[in-house]
Amino acid sequence: MGAFDPGLPWRRARSVALRPEPFGALVYHFGNRKLSFLKSKLLLSVVEALAAHPSATATLVACGVAEAQRPAYVKALADLARSQMIEPRKGAA
Amino acid sequence: MTAVLRPERPTGGRLVDQFEYGLDAPICLTWELTYACNLACVHCLSSSGRRDPRELSTAEAEAVIDELQRMQVFYVNVGGGEPTVRPDFWHLLDYAIGHDVGVKFSTNGIKLDKARAQQLARTDYVDVQISLDGATAEVNDAVRGTGSFATATRALENLAEAGMKDVKVSVVVTRENAGQLDDFTALTDRYGAQLRITRLRPSGRGADVWDRLHPTQAQQRELYRWLLANGDDVLTGDSFFHLSAFGEALPGLNLCGAGRVVCLIDPVGDVYACPFAIHESFLAGNVRDEGGFQRVWQTSDLFQELRSPQTGGACTKCAHFDACRGGCMAAKFFTGLPLDGPDPECVQGYGETALAARDREIVPPKSSIDHSHTGPVRGQPTLLGMPGVPPAKLCDESPLTGLDLR
Repeated sequence: MGAFDPGLPWRRARSVALRPEPFGALVYHFGNRKLSFLKSKLLLSVVEALAAHPSATATLVACGVAEAQRPAYVKALADLARSQMIEPRKGAA
Repeated sequence: MTAVLRPERPTGGRLVDQFEYGLDAPICLTWELTYACNLACVHCLSSSGRRDPRELSTAEAEAVIDELQRMQVFYVNVGGGEPTVRPDFWHLLDYAIGHDVGVKFSTNGIKLDKARAQQLARTDYVDVQISLDGATAEVNDAVRGTGSFATATRALENLAEAGMKDVKVSVVVTRENAGQLDDFTALTDRYGAQLRITRLRPSGRGADVWDRLHPTQAQQRELYRWLLANGDDVLTGDSFFHLSAFGEALPGLNLCGAGRVVCLIDPVGDVYACPFAIHESFLAGNVRDEGGFQRVWQTSDLFQELRSPQTGGACTKCAHFDACRGGCMAAKFFTGLPLDGPDPECVQGYGETALAARDREIVPPKSSIDHSHTGPVRGQPTLLGMPGVPPAKLCDESPLTGLDLR
């Protein structure tokens, strides 16, 4: 997998489950059995909303992530992409 | 009514600090399916042997799995006793996997013949862990029983032959096997398996042998060095976090997860704070109670109490507190040490001091829950029995030999 491109459409990977927690969420990949954590509730909303927006960047805007915060969120999403927790979406709207 | 003031969960910050305040559901939990076991290991943390007539029925076990699925507990560590001697074990395994609850089960290998090994190799989302407490039959069988090394390695052979992936060999580190870590690596490599090592706790029958079997300070230091060098390839279940006080933190969470991120469901459905704490002091409720497991996990007084950071006690003043967080609650409890003081194996030496300073009148708490075999067991471990400790001289058969009677 290449570098994470926030300009492309993404989605939560199909074999991944999100479990909301007071601090954010648990992320579990049923395929590779990797466990990860989302450290804020806003990041959880972003990951859940990815599939509804034409790009990761558009998702950040739609979820109200402050501009100053966006680089940190892009980095978090890149980490999730690297661990296959989110995947590129084909046939975007 | 008096309001109990609990510290409030901070927003953001380190995950480990968040975990101290607990989660809505455990990250994973240990579920012991039966107290029945074909072996009689001297250090069994659940004092297993005989089945308990009150053990959960198949339907009750299925209901627990349904609940775990609803709570999104993504996997359980299944153990016992020997879980595979439950006649419905294979059914429950399939049921859990079919309900998005992955299973990692620990076994001595007794039921893992070629056919079962092939069945497991075909099953997704199951992990097998074979218990072995010596890299040689001699060391292993002294604590686990004659023939248990052969049983375990035959199971490993069957699994390897069937093409089962990611099999684990699970080792409790003792004074006897601490020098065999590289041998364990070689053994697991032979079967294409992965090594998992965990800490000996003075829990269950482990309390009876802890003094004799827990690693020495020198062995702990050696183990710490070994983990730093090999830690990435070895699983530890986060069990050696007390060693982090030697300096560099070990991989993992490095915190006591009892009642916060883990817990234990025992064969009769009792929910304890952790697998090493089968004692009424750590009993939070039962899955048969109204509201089931979820209610116990989310609202029991005990778990609420455990979900706050430790703020008092001798350890919080120690420079290494952030590294080891005071160590293992169960290890302190069953050695009669205060829960807010040092771990008995504190690597800074405070544990030994605390053990020496224990009031001689105080007997360490012992669990009343004991399912040990009452009669002789085939291949019984020799560690504590006559065969393993031959008399020093032929005439030294007197029970008083060697006793200092001054």
